[in-house]
Amino acid sequence: MDFEAIWVSVELAAITTLVLFVLGLPFAYWLSVTRWRLKFLLESLVVLPMILPPTVLGFYVLVAIGPMSPLGRVYEHMTGHGLAFSFQGLLLASIFYSMPFAVRPFAAAFANVDRRLIEASWCLGVSRIRTFLQIACPLSWAGIVTGLVLSFAHTLGEFGVVLMVGGNIPGVTRTISIAIYDEVQAVNYRGAAMASLVLLASSFIALSVTHLLNRKGGYGA
Amino acid sequence: MEPELVAEFEKNFPDGPPIKVRLHRPLGRFSLTVLFGPSGAGKTTALRCLAGLDRPQRGYIRFGDEIWFDASCGIQVEPQRRQIGYLFQDYALFPHLTVERNIAYGIRRLGDAERRKRIAELTDLLGLAGLEGRYPGQLSGGQQQRVALARALVCRPRLLLLDEPLCALDQPTREQLRRDLRRWLTKLGIPAVMVTHDRVEALGLGDHVIVMDHGCVRQCGPPQDVFAAPVDPAVARIVGVDNIEGGKVIRKVNGLATIQIGSSELLALSEACVGSRVCVCIRAEDVMLERGAVARQSSARNHLVGRIRSLDREGPIVRVGIDCGFLLKALVTHQACEDMGLCDGMDVTALIKAPAVRLIARE
Repeated sequence: MDFEAIWVSVELAAITTLVLFVLGLPFAYWLSVTRWRLKFLLESLVVLPMILPPTVLGFYVLVAIGPMSPLGRVYEHMTGHGLAFSFQGLLLASIFYSMPFAVRPFAAAFANVDRRLIEASWCLGVSRIRTFLQIACPLSWAGIVTGLVLSFAHTLGEFGVVLMVGGNIPGVTRTISIAIYDEVQAVNYRGAAMASLVLLASSFIALSVTHLLNRKGGYGA
Repeated sequence: MEPELVAEFEKNFPDGPPIKVRLHRPLGRFSLTVLFGPSGAGKTTALRCLAGLDRPQRGYIRFGDEIWFDASCGIQVEPQRRQIGYLFQDYALFPHLTVERNIAYGIRRLGDAERRKRIAELTDLLGLAGLEGRYPGQLSGGQQQRVALARALVCRPRLLLLDEPLCALDQPTREQLRRDLRRWLTKLGIPAVMVTHDRVEALGLGDHVIVMDHGCVRQCGPPQDVFAAPVDPAVARIVGVDNIEGGKVIRKVNGLATIQIGSSELLALSEACVGSRVCVCIRAEDVMLERGAVARQSSARNHLVGRIRSLDREGPIVRVGIDCGFLLKALVTHQACEDMGLCDGMDVTALIKAPAVRLIARE
């Protein structure tokens, strides 16, 4: 089995999940409390990667981080190497690709928190940030864990975006799903079966955990 | 000069009438202001604007010499900075925190000793000792209510805002807490504004009542005055005058006016001129009943002969509907009803003293 590919996948999934936790959580909270008129546009953008073919998303990310784009040029100027076909470029694409799997459960959990609890906290003189950390987050923990588990599992198995943005560089951008594809191309069904089993098992465990959490989670209030 | 809470603001809604509030209350000593009116009158919105949870479109709110809200210069002070206590209708206790941590939530910045002292003070006063380790889900409605009150009071708010504080409780708990609430607030001396649609609460708790209907303030003053002398028929209906009939002043002798309602005539004390149209308000509890159509000599000036049309039992009292040219409602005790053998279709005489007949001038 290609342990190098598994490691790349796990590393990619872990960092993607971490970034989505740090950036996605406040963003999801903002989405759930704002009364902004145009928020539906942002909500649609968040879910878009679920509908869009990974090749399309991959294509746009590739163009956006390529050496001709401002972002690609700035990055190359700063680091000395290109963003496309690198682990960092792959990470960027993964964050977009898995965003709905994190932000949607987060936002749904926050929207479920009784608005009056938030207001009660404000009236007790507690700032918005502290209210977010002490009331909104603890009361949404089941949804937050769901979002983290789903985005980890989803990133672990991504294929199309990786192929478009990362290429197939062993130890750098060659993930487990790419490895499976290569094994099948090489008619090595034994290797493909092992790697597939790993993905199947991890996905099933992830979904079981989220379903268990959503049955047990919350405070019933 | 005594500091005052002065609010004059207007909040619009895309569907429904705008909420217009005018309020002028002293802050130096304890006083409980009641916002009273039917549901949908805009009472809660008014309270939320005072708290800073909602933002009005026009007007201003001043608390002593602080400006909390001013539409003309775009000032809106956050709820965090108003130092108020807000009691939500369903208490809004934090379900993931114990009673003790709920109460301590707003005072984490205080030193350990001071924090403990304040919590102990309030758990003592509100009878919450022994419940510190429980979660809100393990408390009765009355206990949750007191925890919510303790959580607000422990921060030493400068103004307490209460939204239907007793509404969600069962009857016995409610009566107990109604008595306690006034006592606690008086003891702590924190001025309060309370929203309610319950007449008994308004009369029993308030020092000043503001009657709201369809978003507007209709009348304000001491509760007894407002309840005894509503300024217009709408207020009369809201404060619960049972009999409101349109009539006309047809005679006036020595300040005693005769009012015609349909085919009946009533005597009342009134300043109204002969010929003017009035609204006659009579409380059902001010109507006495006698059997038969012949009344003996009594001090009551109004003797209305009629026939019983309905008898509705409401706990220990019976609401009697009498057709005496118009439908007059009277309240009698169940005991009296039994003793007199009141029944549907029976002829009775209704006795009403002239001062119990209130007149409201109609445009």
